[in-house]
Amino acid sequence: MKTTIQVAGESATTPAPVIVKAPEPRANKSVSLGRRMLRAWQLYAMLLIPLVWVAIFCYWPLYGIQIAFRDYTPAHGITGSDWVGLKYFVRFLSSYQFFELIKNTVVLHMYELLVAFPAPILLALALNTLRQKVFSRIVQLVAYAPNFLSAVVVVGIMTMMLSPSTGVVNQFFSAVGLPRIDFMGQSEWFQSLYVFSGVWQSAGFAAIIYLAALAGVPPELHEAAKMDGASQLRRVWHIDLPSIMPIAVIMLILNIGSILNVGFEKVLLMQNPLNLDISQVINTYVYQVGLNSAVPQYSYATAIGIFQSVVGVILLLLANWMARRITKSGLL
Amino acid sequence: MLLLGLSIIYPLIFVVSASFSDPLAVNSGQVTLWPVGFSLDGYKAIFEYPLIFRGLINSVFYGAAVTVFATFATIAGGYAISRTDMPGHRLLMMVFVFTMFFAGGMIPSYLVVKSLGMLNTPWAMILPGAMSVWQLIITRTYFQVNVPKELLECSRLDGASDWAFFIRVVVPISKPIIAVNALLFAVASWNSYFNGIIYLTDENLYSLPMVMRDILLQNSFDPSKMSGVDPAQIEKLKRIADQLKYALIVIASVPPLLIYPFVQKHFVKGMMIGSLKG
Repeated sequence: MKTTIQVAGESATTPAPVIVKAPEPRANKSVSLGRRMLRAWQLYAMLLIPLVWVAIFCYWPLYGIQIAFRDYTPAHGITGSDWVGLKYFVRFLSSYQFFELIKNTVVLHMYELLVAFPAPILLALALNTLRQKVFSRIVQLVAYAPNFLSAVVVVGIMTMMLSPSTGVVNQFFSAVGLPRIDFMGQSEWFQSLYVFSGVWQSAGFAAIIYLAALAGVPPELHEAAKMDGASQLRRVWHIDLPSIMPIAVIMLILNIGSILNVGFEKVLLMQNPLNLDISQVINTYVYQVGLNSAVPQYSYATAIGIFQSVVGVILLLLANWMARRITKSGLL
Repeated sequence: MLLLGLSIIYPLIFVVSASFSDPLAVNSGQVTLWPVGFSLDGYKAIFEYPLIFRGLINSVFYGAAVTVFATFATIAGGYAISRTDMPGHRLLMMVFVFTMFFAGGMIPSYLVVKSLGMLNTPWAMILPGAMSVWQLIITRTYFQVNVPKELLECSRLDGASDWAFFIRVVVPISKPIIAVNALLFAVASWNSYFNGIIYLTDENLYSLPMVMRDILLQNSFDPSKMSGVDPAQIEKLKRIADQLKYALIVIASVPPLLIYPFVQKHFVKGMMIGSLKG
C-alpha cells in the first residue's frame, strides 16, 4: 500500500520518507491508467447521477438544436424532417418584428445595466463606510430578503400596490391631487417598473460579493490616508473603489454577454396586451411562437434561440477583449 | 441609508398588514402601513379554495423531492469531481463546465421532456430542476479547499474506501455546504413556475406560483369554484378577493424568508470560494 502512495521515482532511490506525502495528480505514472480507473470506481459511481442528468437535460437538447435547420414536425421526428438550411434564420432576420424585438431587448437590458449594475456597488460602499456595525447588519439582513422571493410574488406585490383603483400608490396620488396612473397597463412605465423592481429585489444580495472584497482591504490603508488628511469620500474613491474594480469588471462582462437574455420570467409575468409593444423581448417571443401558440413553430423558435445565444457569445468575447485592453483584467 | 432600508422593507410590511386588515379597509385603501382592523378571512379563504390548497401541497411535495435528490447528487458528485487524483477528472470537469456556456434552449429542452413522456406528470416539475451545474462546481471548490489531503491519506492507510471516506469523514465536516445546497434547491424549486407553464396543463399538478400567477396577474379568482358555497358567501368572497391576494403573497413568501437567515451565514463563504476559484 505504502509504495503506491509515495511518489514512485523517489521510493526507488531514497529511503522511504517518514511523512507520507500526498500524491500529485500525475505523479504516479507507474500504476497503469486502467488500474487507477478501476481503483476509483466508487468516485465514478458518485458522479453517475450528475453525468446522466447533464446528458439528458443539457446535451440531449444540444443535439436537438439541429431542428433549427430542419422543417421539424413531431410526426417525422428530429432526424426524419427535411433539411432547410438557414431558412428560419433568414425568416427571422427579415421579419417585420425583428427590429422591434431587438430594440426592446437591448433597450431594456441597457437600462437595467445602467441602473442595476452600479446599485449594489454603491450599496456596498455605503454599508462599508457605516460606523455602526449593528445598523449595517440590520440593513444587510433586510436588503437580502427580497432576493429569495419568487418573480411571481414580486410582480404580484407590484400589481397590487400600483393598482389604479385600490393600490396604495394611487390612493396617495389622489389624496394629494395628482391623477391616478395605470402603471401596469401603460407601455411607457413597463421598463422602469421592470428595472427598479429588479434593483429592489437583487441589489442587496448582489452587494454581498462587493462587501466581501471590501472586507479584504487592509485597515492600515485607511489609517494612513486619515493621517494624511483624506476625507471620507476621498478614501472611498482612492482605496475602496479600486479594490473592488476587478470584481466589478467581471460582473460587467458577464452582464454584457447576456444582453439579449433579459430576466425572462419576470418580463413574461409583467406582460399584458397593453404593453406588448415594449415588453415583447426575444425570449418571450420564442416562448410565444414556439410553445404558447395554436400552431407551435418549433424550428422557427429554435432558430431565434440560437441567434440569441450566438450574439450573446460574440458580445461576451468582445466585452472581455475590451476590458483586457482598458483595465488589464478580464474573465477569460 | 435609513431611507434606503425603509424603501426596501416597506412593500413587505404593507403586504403583511393588508393581509391581516379588514377587507373593507383594504378595498377602500385605508391601509397604508399598519393593519386597519383585523381579520383572517383572506387566510381562511385560501384553505377553502381547493386550487390554492392543492398548489400548496404540490409545491411542498416538489420542493421536498427536488431538495433531497438534488442535494445528494450535488454533494456526492461535487466530492467525486473534487478529487484531482481521479483519472479523467479534467475531462469530466469540462463536460460540466461546457453546459454552463452552451445550452439547447427552450424548445429543444421541451422536446426532450416531451419525448421522455414526462409532460403533465410530476416528474416534469422535479427532474429538470434536480441538479445545478453551477452548484456542483461551487461544491467541488468547497471540498478542494476544505477537505485536507492528509485526511484522505490517513483513512486510506486505515483501509477506508472512497465511499466510506466520503460518508464517514467528508459529510460530517461539510455541513455548511450541504446546508447551502439544500436551501438553494429548496428555494429555487419553491419559486419556480416557468417549468410548470411549459410542461403542465393539468391544474391538479400546478405548483403554488402557477396558481398565484393565475389569481394575481390574470385575475382568474372564481369564487364559484370553491366547494359548497351559497350565493351570499360568493358575494362575501368577492369582497375579500384583494385580501386573499395579499394573504397568498404572504403564504408564498414566508418559507423562503424563514430559510434565508440560515443560508446567509454560510453563503458569503461558499459563493466567494466558488466564484473566485472556480
